[in-house]
Amino acid sequence: MNMIIGLGVVLVFGILYMIFRIGNLVGIVREKKEGDGWNTINAVLFMVFMVGSLILFFWYSFKEIGAYELPVASVHGAITDSLFWITMWVTVAAFVIIFIVMFWITYAYRYDKNRRAAFFADNHYLEITWTVVPAIVLALLIFKGLRTWNDITGPAANDAVVIEVIGQQFAWTARYPGVKDKELGHHSYKLIDASNEFGLDLTDKNSFDDFKSLTLHIPKGKEVLLKIRAKDVLHSVFLPHFRLKMDAVPGVATHFKFTATKTTAEMRAETGNPNFNYEMACTEVCGKGHFSMKFPVIVEEPEEYEKWMASQESWLKQNPDYLKLVPANLKEAAIIKAGLPANSASLETTNSVTLK
Amino acid sequence: MATIDIHPHTSVEHHDEHEHHEHHGNFWTNYIFSEDHKVIAKQFLITGMAWALIGGILSVLFRLQLGFPDANLSWLKPILGGWLTPEGKIDAEFYLALVTMHGTIMVFFVLTAGLSGTFSNFLIPLQVGARDMASGFMNMLSYWFFFLSSVIMFISLFISTGPAAGGWVIYPPLSALPQAISGSGLGMTLWLVAMALFIVSSLLGSINYITTVINMRTTGMSFTKLPLTIWAFFLTAVIGILSFPVLFAAALLLIFDRSFGTSFYLSDIYIGGEALPNQGGSPILFQHLFWFLGHPEVYIVLLPALGITSEIIATNSRKPIFGYKAMVGSMLFIAILSFVVWAHHMFVTGMNPFLGSIFTLLTLIIAVPSAVKIFNYVTTMWKGNIRFTPAMLFSIGLVSFFLTGGITGIFLGNSAIDIQLHDTYFVVAHFHIVMGSASFFGMVAGIYHWFPKMFGRMMNDKLGYLHFWVTFVGVYLVFFPMHYIGIAGFPRRYYSWTNFDTFSGFADLNHLITVAAIVTLAAQFVFLFNFIYSIFRGKLAPANPWESNTLEWTTPRVPQHGNWPGEIPTVYRWPYDYSKPGAKEDYIPQHIPFSETPESNLPSENELIKLESNNGSPIVVEDKKHH
Repeated sequence: MNMIIGLGVVLVFGILYMIFRIGNLVGIVREKKEGDGWNTINAVLFMVFMVGSLILFFWYSFKEIGAYELPVASVHGAITDSLFWITMWVTVAAFVIIFIVMFWITYAYRYDKNRRAAFFADNHYLEITWTVVPAIVLALLIFKGLRTWNDITGPAANDAVVIEVIGQQFAWTARYPGVKDKELGHHSYKLIDASNEFGLDLTDKNSFDDFKSLTLHIPKGKEVLLKIRAKDVLHSVFLPHFRLKMDAVPGVATHFKFTATKTTAEMRAETGNPNFNYEMACTEVCGKGHFSMKFPVIVEEPEEYEKWMASQESWLKQNPDYLKLVPANLKEAAIIKAGLPANSASLETTNSVTLK
Repeated sequence: MATIDIHPHTSVEHHDEHEHHEHHGNFWTNYIFSEDHKVIAKQFLITGMAWALIGGILSVLFRLQLGFPDANLSWLKPILGGWLTPEGKIDAEFYLALVTMHGTIMVFFVLTAGLSGTFSNFLIPLQVGARDMASGFMNMLSYWFFFLSSVIMFISLFISTGPAAGGWVIYPPLSALPQAISGSGLGMTLWLVAMALFIVSSLLGSINYITTVINMRTTGMSFTKLPLTIWAFFLTAVIGILSFPVLFAAALLLIFDRSFGTSFYLSDIYIGGEALPNQGGSPILFQHLFWFLGHPEVYIVLLPALGITSEIIATNSRKPIFGYKAMVGSMLFIAILSFVVWAHHMFVTGMNPFLGSIFTLLTLIIAVPSAVKIFNYVTTMWKGNIRFTPAMLFSIGLVSFFLTGGITGIFLGNSAIDIQLHDTYFVVAHFHIVMGSASFFGMVAGIYHWFPKMFGRMMNDKLGYLHFWVTFVGVYLVFFPMHYIGIAGFPRRYYSWTNFDTFSGFADLNHLITVAAIVTLAAQFVFLFNFIYSIFRGKLAPANPWESNTLEWTTPRVPQHGNWPGEIPTVYRWPYDYSKPGAKEDYIPQHIPFSETPESNLPSENELIKLESNNGSPIVVEDKKHH
């Protein structure tokens, strides 16, 4: 079977080659007719290409762009979106003008043996104009962009909700500071083990009520400061609906602040899709499972968010064995903050003895 | 057909050179370890074309995965073997290796070595009027380092742990840790060794190009009379010399981190169940070093293509290039600015936002000289008398890509907008059009244009038209739709998008892209056939088939070692005297003195006639240097 297909392919190429040879020979016989005909054909094809591609571009864009545009759900996202569309209109206008002029010129000035090209080597006014005009347009775009950039990257408010997002091959986890102290505890990568995946430093009292979540819960309308880190290789936090992206870098703390404007429920209503969910993706290649680093995101009303926060068990409560790492003078605080049963301390001591 | 096929030995001065050539003219010194710039150029060209084919095939492989994720590819088993899953799909990690190698091959081996290596080598001595490069030996070394580098990179495709797979930018820690991805084992080692050799090759070449342009121009060939091709190659070589050593340093530090336990790029890493001892390094440092080469590299790839295009558009429009000084000025400005925009690749790495502002500003400034170049190309064609040779078609295609892809750079250079678009298909679309396709078109245009001088025969026009139209439309169909899915947020380097509801749509668009990519690749075989066939059976070329002004067309049909059988021509005028009012022909080559063209001289040029008589003597001095 393969042999037959192979032979067929060889045969087809053989025939194409023969056609090419015959074409060549015919071409040599009537050499005079060459040149002009094809020159016009190519010129016409450029016009066809120009008109056709512009029609396709505008028709498809106006018809379908809505499907590609992700609904925006953050304060700064609305601003960068408007910047994007302003830039789009300015550049598309410039693009279309130059595109049309260029291809029209190729058609209008196609070869004609009775005509001679103009000897037109420079014109300072023209050159200055098309240096200065783009410079001014770009300057306007830049300054609008830079102001937005400064706002986005400026310091977060003191009362911003702090959430830590941690990337690793090939999953995300989030750490919340807990309702009791609202501060994230220290961490160190050297403390990481199979259970202590955050590398929580239990000598820091702020770590006792920190809790882990496998869903990113975000309160609507409140400024959120994402603190971002990575355990192994580079990752990148990408929240497409919030127009948010920031790399997660091992050894370098990064962060991004934003304010969500629509809850998941509101977004479901807006998109008419009852199954809509916000998602977080990884956008820095991180290995085999890069494409599967999905982290579900839920935006909720602040009250719901508070309720959810309060309902979460602290990490220490889920891993009471680690109480042994808490210094003796902080144990009591740890037990209270982590919400452990009051007798945990003695339990822990006996445990550790038996373990030894 | 007026074909001159004589090999004159009339020049007494160069007799020994020719003797030398013929006596030692065995196969090895003529075609393998040749020191002749034209042979070396062809070696670069053919190696580059082989790489382009490999790079293109790799891209179609991963496009199959993206366009037809459910297809059973077990028929590729003989080639891919263990890289196919039992269900006949491409392995997810091999997918990343394909993407990585496609990028590496196309950027470095095709569009740097294949483009600069071919045309700088071939055209610099011929267009400045020199017998050969300043150092033929170094030039030969340059190719053989490249060849060695190619062999190592090629071998890395076949090792059991797979080639490098962390993206062509090889960001550590992924590229430093074999436990993170298997491609970072031996594959990455070979990648680094191959690139180190590649950099050596590139530097040897660049030093030669710069030296030759500065020192070996023929009498009268002042810098202001250089064709724009030479300006472009010259500036490209300068950029290469300044930036490639930084990549070398980056690679060296990465080798240290990988093999000798240093911590330049590594810190605070917990992987494979253990915390690594490395502390204090920064992965961001690597990115700064990498992009300090990486961004100028864009212009290393692009400037030669723009130079080639300037020459081809002027010749085939039968018009002087519009704004020669502005063209040189903008290339110079681009070359300088290319060194101060690198961090626009890093807006969301967490670097200081103030730095982001600075780099936004500098990045958008570079759009101005780029825009000037586009306007100048268009104005060059205006009121021209355009001949659509295949080279001209590809040059117009280049300008069109430069425009389309340049426009999207204005989005990406603006840091606030880049937050959303970074590492999405919008970026993929942008750089494939503005850098990949534009430079590729420049390279192809150059091949069509200078083929007659390289091989003494003409390529077939009709096949050239076919090649152009399929490729031109194909490239737009492949890359333009990527803007849309980029706006929809589709991330790069994703094996599959269906894990995400957000990115699950638009499968039809991905079908289209893949089909267009296959057709575009198929069209390249038309070119390949045309190329090989024409070397042996093409129509014999006249010495100056395009009626062009530059010096290479004053050589015989097939220039021999030493390029000109007699004296090197003296240059009297700039290379763009096309359609000069009053002149009989619509072109006046550079070596025609003003005294012979009183009918078309401008008043200022008549002044120059007096000086021409003095120009005879220095030639002898110039020639003696070659003995």
